[in-house]
Amino acid sequence: MASSGLELLLVSLPQLGRGAAQTLAISALGIVFSTLGGVAYGVLASLNRRGLNLVLRVYLELFRAIPVLVWLYLLFFGLPIFFALSIPSFWCAVLVLSLWGSSEVGEVVRGALRSLPLGQREAGLSIGLSAWQLYGYVLLPQALKRMTPPTINIYTRIIKTSSLAVLIGVVDVIKVGQQIIERTYESVLIYGVLFLFFFFICYPLSAASRALERRWTHA
Amino acid sequence: MKTAKTSKLLLSLFSLALLAGCNKAEEPNKPASAGASPATSYLETIKARDKLIVGVFTDKPPFGFVDESGRYVGFDTDIGRQFAKSLLGDENKVEFVAVEPASRIPFLQSDKVDLILANMTVTPERKEAVEFTNPNLRVAVQALVPEGSSVKHLDDLSDKTTIVTTGTTADIWLTKNHPDWKLLKFEKNSESLQALANGRGDAYAQDNLILFSWSKQNPGYRVLEEKLGEEAPIAPAVKKGNIELRDWVNAELARLGEQKYLLKLYDQYVRKELSEDTKPESVIVEGGKWQG
Repeated sequence: MASSGLELLLVSLPQLGRGAAQTLAISALGIVFSTLGGVAYGVLASLNRRGLNLVLRVYLELFRAIPVLVWLYLLFFGLPIFFALSIPSFWCAVLVLSLWGSSEVGEVVRGALRSLPLGQREAGLSIGLSAWQLYGYVLLPQALKRMTPPTINIYTRIIKTSSLAVLIGVVDVIKVGQQIIERTYESVLIYGVLFLFFFFICYPLSAASRALERRWTHA
Repeated sequence: MKTAKTSKLLLSLFSLALLAGCNKAEEPNKPASAGASPATSYLETIKARDKLIVGVFTDKPPFGFVDESGRYVGFDTDIGRQFAKSLLGDENKVEFVAVEPASRIPFLQSDKVDLILANMTVTPERKEAVEFTNPNLRVAVQALVPEGSSVKHLDDLSDKTTIVTTGTTADIWLTKNHPDWKLLKFEKNSESLQALANGRGDAYAQDNLILFSWSKQNPGYRVLEEKLGEEAPIAPAVKKGNIELRDWVNAELARLGEQKYLLKLYDQYVRKELSEDTKPESVIVEGGKWQG
């Protein structure tokens, strides 16, 4: 059993590797776009413009209220049926994770910006900084420290949520695991491998977040 | 003033970032809308694309699974390769898309695949949604119980716990015909079998081929004689209204029937899973000719 289990792992390694590459690519792109989108959302929300806030609010509530799985189905199967617009499964997964992630990161950024003393903004404006300079040099660097821990938490959730993409035909690392299990019935071994995979992707992220937090509190 | 400008700029950046994925939406291999215009032949569209797109199971041996080398194989999957060979001259000119039981029909409706070859049982409800071709397999739902179980007949299960796999014919049939029975549902066939082995339920209702195969490899279980519902055909499916492709598949199934090709696949994938006395005709439908 031990040797046959090892053999199975060795034989399955290329297959698991391809699945892992899909999971990592979708997650990484999702994280990058969520961060960009989230910062944009947070900054826009901190401007306190009524019309804009309404739009952001609707966007936020749509992604809060509707499960990611439903979004995947709607955009992957719904767009071709209703608008003749077909997005490949990989990019549809990236798109949905990014839209969802942006709403999550965006709320964190908004909260971090709001928590800064109002004097920071006023001081920046009074010395004649442009809006870009105000946010780029004064507000966002300070907000960064406050938003990092919750944002990293969102990143790990994006990585884990990427496995839903299997429903639109993406063969991610979990799907590969299931393909091997249904052929060999070696569920404990394969789920053990998946456990280690996700642990070693997500744990360094939270470790890095803690290290940053420590450095910032002591600096 | 400045902030208003900035917000507009940021908003456009924001949408750009989010829609970056969308720009790659021009999928070269996307199947064209079925029967959108009767003038253009669907088969010609596939030929122009030079690739047949088939939705298959990738974790349901022996119908569709992944072998050790990572290649998609199986009873259904290999039929898909034969279709590609016949239409495009090369059995490798086929793109397999991994489908789940619940995503098979949406994949057809949204033109993401030409054909579904994923062990789909023909039911009246599904007939409304897709165009079935002639069948390639037959199936009946039966129940698996441990050898020593007191259960002798189906009705004995009325006050017991029956395990089903979500979305399967067994799940649908029991929910409709015996709503009072206690069902324990799992997502995967392997999980359901594990649950039965662990004693979390008294019986497992599933397509009989899967049960025969499991009980051959795992002594200590028996399959109840009585069937849950009628024996039903399993057939490939195309998009609703795509008569041209349906008729082509039917002609192909008839041609493969002359070569006894399904029997060859049966010998390759299915025979070793079942007990010696199983007749191939009780599982496969050669040439698409259904005899109920």
